[in-house]
Amino acid sequence: MTDDRLLLDVRDLTVRFPTSDGVVQAVSDVSFTLSRGETLGVVGESGSGKSVSNLAIMGLLNRQRTAIAGEVLFQGRDLLTLQSEELRQIRGKDIAMVFQDPFACLHPMYRVGAQIAEAVTAHQNVSKTRAWERAVELLGHVGIPNAKSRARDYPHQFSGGMRQRAMIAMALVHNPAVLICDEPTTALDVTVQAQIIELIEEVKREFDIGVILVTHDLGVVAETANSVMVMYAGRMMEYGPAREIFEQPQHPYAWGLLDSMPSVERRLSALVPIEGSPPSLLAPPAGCPFHPRCRFRFEPCPTERPPLVAPVPEAHPDACHLPWDDKVREGSKRSVVQIGDAA
Amino acid sequence: MAFYIARRLFWTLIVVAAVIAITFVVFYLLPAGDPALRFAGKNPNQTELDLIRHRLGLDQAWYVQFGKFIKTFFTGDQYGWPGLGYTFAGQSSVLHLILERAPRTLLLIMGSAILWLTTGVAIGVISAVKRRSAVDRAAMGFALFGISAPVFWLGLMALYIFWRQLGWAGGTGYVSPVDSVTGFFSHMILPWVVLASLYAAFYARMTRNNLLETLGEDYIRTARAKGLSERRVIFKHGLRASLTPIVTMFGLDVALLVGGAVITESVFNIQGLGYLAINGALTQDLPTVLGVVLLAAVAVAVMNLLVDVLYAFIDPRVRYV
Repeated sequence: MTDDRLLLDVRDLTVRFPTSDGVVQAVSDVSFTLSRGETLGVVGESGSGKSVSNLAIMGLLNRQRTAIAGEVLFQGRDLLTLQSEELRQIRGKDIAMVFQDPFACLHPMYRVGAQIAEAVTAHQNVSKTRAWERAVELLGHVGIPNAKSRARDYPHQFSGGMRQRAMIAMALVHNPAVLICDEPTTALDVTVQAQIIELIEEVKREFDIGVILVTHDLGVVAETANSVMVMYAGRMMEYGPAREIFEQPQHPYAWGLLDSMPSVERRLSALVPIEGSPPSLLAPPAGCPFHPRCRFRFEPCPTERPPLVAPVPEAHPDACHLPWDDKVREGSKRSVVQIGDAA
Repeated sequence: MAFYIARRLFWTLIVVAAVIAITFVVFYLLPAGDPALRFAGKNPNQTELDLIRHRLGLDQAWYVQFGKFIKTFFTGDQYGWPGLGYTFAGQSSVLHLILERAPRTLLLIMGSAILWLTTGVAIGVISAVKRRSAVDRAAMGFALFGISAPVFWLGLMALYIFWRQLGWAGGTGYVSPVDSVTGFFSHMILPWVVLASLYAAFYARMTRNNLLETLGEDYIRTARAKGLSERRVIFKHGLRASLTPIVTMFGLDVALLVGGAVITESVFNIQGLGYLAINGALTQDLPTVLGVVLLAAVAVAVMNLLVDVLYAFIDPRVRYV
């Protein structure tokens, strides 16, 4: 993969929310890259910092009430140092985002077509008629039948899947280089979920863009992602090519996620939930943040935070103290053969 | 939509009729004294009292009088339609009296409503956008003052400062704009501002809270994600969604003031409808009270209908069947 295909280079992204109760350590030292044609799956439980990282990249966090550190290099420019006006010009044009709940993300009082047309005129000096035509064209492109008349509908006249399609159409207005999808299917019916994921994949191939797919559905990640980042308590636990992560997961948290994932082959009784719940980000545990819930914890875990490094040169980086032999043994027990190997 | 409005108008009629009936009942079942006594002079004898009662129509049962009132209303009297009868004191036309007083109250409400709506919403928006800043705190301090300060005190202070001390505004009383435009404005400016300050304070707080709530919605984040300017995000996406409760309040507030701006009218000696109603009640002049109550009830009903129709334009999810 050549360097000119590199879109995003995120280095040590750290997000803190000062509150009256203390500082929320929402995201800590997150680093990853995204290239054209790549789908990066970001997985983890709720509150693991997945969404916040993406909002930080989009510049959608309130700068007055958030402390953001690190670098977000987009085609060489650090987005975190840009003025809000410069950032606004990138937002929705070069980097676009699709959100979790399509029921709440469209303005209830404006026509769907008008909301997409507005995205056109936000970055392009074209007439309203031209913008509307572009909206209709995109709605048709994402698979809305009778796009011309449906564009005049209000969001409440759309089904959940159609709304998410409309959101994707809105994101595609300016052929963005990066498409961030924050749990795009969580609020949808299972049958619709597959269609939306399929649509995102089509869009990625057609426009040759980079996709960040945030989800807690490992099945979706297994089908579409080229690389995977496992997050927990605002930190990266494991990061590597999707094939490796599913064939040879290295981190106990990733094992836990895989053990708790239902599948056709696995009976419900065979599911093993991860005991406990994610820690408070106001006072995350010392050492490894996962150690209170980890079945494999041993003496260094509560005190020393494991760095994110590759345990052996041929492996991908993880943040765990366990010896490599243990990782190989436990990981291979959970090996998943990828269904649609994108790589 | 047309059917909806027709149905609403029908119900409006019933509500207004009920309000009038209740006014009758209250007047007769909770008497503060015999109205006839007021006109009979000192030491009246029974014959004189009966005569007066008969002349005022008070010797009939309240429902008979109610029926007559309704009948006159629809058929009209010598002063035209709708017939509202004659005052007990002086036997002059109630319709005539109301037509004379209504413009004062309506002009008071209109000027004041424009003032409070514009300033209230503007202050609310600024407060919400600059949340927790000095501007916000000052604005909310003003709001607290406006809500807490009694209108009669505020009115008297305004008169003292801007009329007696500074001489910037005209004094009390009402000057018709037909007679003198400048006189009209210089006499109305203080009542407008004083009446508006109370409502502006409410509207500022309501706008601020609604807008802050709306700005936390997901579709506002979508608007920002599209790359819209902050101005457009707030005014086009935020304000529109926060407008519905304000429209409701505005309609009701304006309607209630038709018969309810008594204190402002009294302090500034404007002698509008509220003043008329209070005077009517104090002198037990039933026809006058009925006339104002009728007008106020119609105002409330019509404004409510207007608000409902406006809703459909603001929010497409509202559709009437």
